[in-house]
Amino acid sequence: MKIDAKIPSGSIAEKWSKHKFNLKLVNPANKRKYDIIVVGTGLAGASAAASLGELGYNVKAFCYQDSPRRAHSIAAQGGINAAKNYMNDGDSVYRLFYDTVKGGDYRAREANVYRLAEVSNNIIDQCVAQGVPFAREYGGLLSNRSFGGAQVSRTFYARGQTGQQLLLGAYSALSRMIAAGKVKMYPRTEMLDVVLVDGKARGIITRNMVTGAIESHSAHAVVLATGGYGNVFFLSTNAMGCNASAAWRAHRKGALFSNPCFTQIHPTCIPVHGDQQSKLTLMSESLRNDGRVWVPRTTELAEKVRKGVLKANDLPEEDRDYYLERIYPSFGNLVPRDVASRNAKYVCDEGRGVGETGLAVYLDFRDAIKRDGVNTIKAKYGNLFQMYEKITDDDPYKVPMMIYPAVHYTMGGLWVDYNLMTTIPGLYAAGECNFSDHGANRLGASALMQGLADGYFVIPYTIGDYLAGIGQAKVDTSHNAFKEAEAEVKKRIDTLLNVKGTKTVDQYHKELGKLMWDYCGMARNAEGLKFAKAEIQKLRQEYWQNVKLLGTNEEMNMTLEKALRVADFMELGELMVDDALMREESCGGHFREEHQTEEGEAKRDDENFAFVAAWEYKGENKPAELHKEELVFENVKLTQRSYK
Amino acid sequence: MSWVKKTLSSTIGRKLLVSLTGIFLIIFLVVHLIGNLQLFKDDGGYAFNAYAKFMTTNTLIVLASYVLYLTIIAHVVISAALTLFNRKARGGENYMVTKSSSNSPWTSRNMGVLGTIVLIFIVIHLSNFWYHMKFGETPMVKYEKTMSGDIAIAQNFAVESFSKDLLKQDMVYKDLYKMVAEAFKQEWLVILYILAMAGLAFHLAHGFQSAFQTLGINHKKYTPFIEKLGLAFSVIVPALFASMPIIFYFKG
Amino acid sequence: MEKGRTYTLKIWRQNNSSSKGAFKTYTIENISPGSSFLEMLDILNNELEAKGEDPVHFDHDCREGICGMCSLFVNGRPHGPEEEITACQLHMRSFKDGETIVIEPWRAKAFPVIKDLVVDRSAFDRIIQAGGFISVNTGPLPDANEIPIPKQNADLAMDAAACIGCGACVAACKNASAMLFVSAKVSQLALLPQGNAERKRRALAMVDQMDQEGFGACSNTGACAAECPKGIDLTNIARLNREYLTASFAGAE
Repeated sequence: MKIDAKIPSGSIAEKWSKHKFNLKLVNPANKRKYDIIVVGTGLAGASAAASLGELGYNVKAFCYQDSPRRAHSIAAQGGINAAKNYMNDGDSVYRLFYDTVKGGDYRAREANVYRLAEVSNNIIDQCVAQGVPFAREYGGLLSNRSFGGAQVSRTFYARGQTGQQLLLGAYSALSRMIAAGKVKMYPRTEMLDVVLVDGKARGIITRNMVTGAIESHSAHAVVLATGGYGNVFFLSTNAMGCNASAAWRAHRKGALFSNPCFTQIHPTCIPVHGDQQSKLTLMSESLRNDGRVWVPRTTELAEKVRKGVLKANDLPEEDRDYYLERIYPSFGNLVPRDVASRNAKYVCDEGRGVGETGLAVYLDFRDAIKRDGVNTIKAKYGNLFQMYEKITDDDPYKVPMMIYPAVHYTMGGLWVDYNLMTTIPGLYAAGECNFSDHGANRLGASALMQGLADGYFVIPYTIGDYLAGIGQAKVDTSHNAFKEAEAEVKKRIDTLLNVKGTKTVDQYHKELGKLMWDYCGMARNAEGLKFAKAEIQKLRQEYWQNVKLLGTNEEMNMTLEKALRVADFMELGELMVDDALMREESCGGHFREEHQTEEGEAKRDDENFAFVAAWEYKGENKPAELHKEELVFENVKLTQRSYK
Repeated sequence: MSWVKKTLSSTIGRKLLVSLTGIFLIIFLVVHLIGNLQLFKDDGGYAFNAYAKFMTTNTLIVLASYVLYLTIIAHVVISAALTLFNRKARGGENYMVTKSSSNSPWTSRNMGVLGTIVLIFIVIHLSNFWYHMKFGETPMVKYEKTMSGDIAIAQNFAVESFSKDLLKQDMVYKDLYKMVAEAFKQEWLVILYILAMAGLAFHLAHGFQSAFQTLGINHKKYTPFIEKLGLAFSVIVPALFASMPIIFYFKG
Repeated sequence: MEKGRTYTLKIWRQNNSSSKGAFKTYTIENISPGSSFLEMLDILNNELEAKGEDPVHFDHDCREGICGMCSLFVNGRPHGPEEEITACQLHMRSFKDGETIVIEPWRAKAFPVIKDLVVDRSAFDRIIQAGGFISVNTGPLPDANEIPIPKQNADLAMDAAACIGCGACVAACKNASAMLFVSAKVSQLALLPQGNAERKRRALAMVDQMDQEGFGACSNTGACAAECPKGIDLTNIARLNREYLTASFAGAE
């Protein structure tokens, strides 16, 4: 298989405009003759479904939640970047583009990132017109802040609920199209397979999560906007239902999967409290603007703190190690996410971690409160402190917060070309579920930008080009391809239900998650990865022989839903390990212990690894085949990141 | 469906009617209270009886009273229908445990019960006084001006000597004052009145400010005042009404 | 570390929308006070599954109080005993060791039970579809800073927009009224100049849909606002009344 990214020629600034002009159009009167399926209703899915409906296509939208408004984009707190330069601080499309490529540690495709930066401004205009209540100054104009250590203030925000507000904006646009009859919405419906007819994506197989009915839906094109795969790790900041099944099923049907090992570990999450925990909660990154990160200077002191003999506040200044400030004097506590996370892991591995489990570091506001007063800190972080107190029962105004890194975002995903089409013709991937814009590490406030860029401003253009080329003929769901796919899905469900083993789905998921976290988490090495691969294979085999499911398919059955997802996580987990093993370098969220500088920093290998890994599925229990899309950097100069 | 009908049959429209009729009844309470305060004038009931005559004979007032009767009926019927409608909105199964006390005042949840108490009272109250005043035979009283210019009772007529001709004479009135004084010698009636006024107080405690909220009047600057006024109103007005039977009872 | 606690759980069990439900009592042991309420249910479900019993179905997703999916009526209150949080943010330290906890689904005619504690809240979606949007197509639009919006209005709009659509307001209201939910969306869009063009239509259409869905009428008890996990307040309901009545009496439609 040869992969072609279809990057338009010309200078970086002209590519998108030129490409838009060159795309074929579907006559307005003919748009209603085309059906498009959109799976997922987060930022990318809802915005795509709404925009396609507005253009006149017939859209069918699917989500597993009870309402499209609940997709996990809703949980994003911080903000959304745009190159508006409202602050007059030297921002520009080019600078946003440059920062994003650099922040992604030079593993993203230049042309896609430039387009993202270019449409970022339209996104803000779009959202304001929809009634998104962004923060404003007294003069009535939009307020911006600097986020994630950016040198300019380009982040738009709506309190700590930016994701929610943007999603509700997209949801309202989607609702309008549902009312107009242009979008048919299928909530509580999970996609279980994609259907190919003559090599093209022509529909999907779904399960109605209330009745269990397995149904076929046919269309001219299918857009997957199904989010990331962070839940492979069991514990993550993802929602409980987030899963990789749609993307993985597409992968099994021929869509290449890219850079699966690029996962982002967010440094400021509330630490795990025990083995009963189901989910990790993120604390906004903005806390690092004022909070100071530290651990006790020695393992002995840390031991005493863990046992409760010493309290954090008892430790004098000289017994505290503000390790980020010490190692990175110029960026201090504001180093990028991957660097902050890794260092937290190191100090905890040294035995200097705090909290019951020893897997936590302090984030201390004592000095900020001394400097600015309680009220200023309350105004800035009041609701975050409140949220923290509700979860932990500790008052961050009085004792330092405890934080630990957690899986947050997955940069990898389905490989897509410049049009966001996967290697299956007619199958598109938008938002977190594609690999495209963030390289090996995503910058803060960029995920929302990408989701909406794909949904509002990219797919609605590029999909027309494809549709104009394939004709209006519909494929009926009575077609053999649908019947076969349905039968296959039913067989998979029956098999799972009939294992009648002894271990619950959750137990398997936890075991998989632990393997992934221990060996394919913040730091990886060849030995550990090889071990993990073997273990995952064993676990997967065992799963199909010993998993315990109850009930039937013909009812609401949470265990069955989860069992199908975990089955796919097991396969994806192995591919993540393969990818991490193959990538003999450290970059962004992927840190191979064998590849670090003398100072312990990530060491990239641009000569051998400046490519996108695109894996092809070769069949059950067969190794996936690696394809490479070489990355060409014509505008951005490759440098080693340094935050010292 | 015409827009009027559509608006007034919506949930908000029906609440609007409850609110407007409620406000009208609140205003009526003030008028009624001012009139009844005449009972406390030390003039042998002249001011009160004259007021009662005026209220039952003046054409404009009589017209207004018909509006009042309709308002009461509307307030009751619409509220009762809404309460039933709201109960159905809960669906077939109700909660096994509810802790409403932690999220809402008791009065607000029991407007139906409180309203029913007030309604029962109104019926008894009307049959006690209003019916007799309007249609029945009552004691009568004749007043005269004394030398000092005060008004004094010239002659009392018992119910048995009730005569419509006599009523046409100057300074002769149906002696409602006496009926009130007699009625409030009965303990059970006094207690009933006090209880009813308590019911009214609680009904108003929620109803007063709720009426404004339904009209869409909720403002950072004015609502606290409306709430305080409502509370004061719901204490003072029923208390004054209740003071009448109490005072007459103890006057004996 | 504090020792685990024991609880008696009374949970509503119902197979599907057409079957009859009933309460079932479970005992659960060794629960850490630091566990979240939903984690406690996870543990119960794991135990039930191990015993071969059907796990308790309940809606949940983000588990950080923003998606609005969780919908449990705990000990007589939506989202349990604590203020301004969702059930997923509730922790077991809020319950005494040995306490009996009654868990029920939202009860409203407009929210039929699907299974156990799972209810159908699609009525909310249909209300938004009736008019909870600003009719702009995707495309080139005026610059975001073209219309200044007074900070105060933007803040009030944000207060209202914080609604997560969980339905606690309906669950708490003795009339199962959806006024707080509807008023939050109407308020958000009425407070912004962008929403002005459709303001009257929106109020009429959304209230009409709300009534059709079978929600009760508001009797201003304030239970909704008191139980709202996002602190949406009653001024929004007054604003909805105002918007609706103005639209009805002064509007041309």
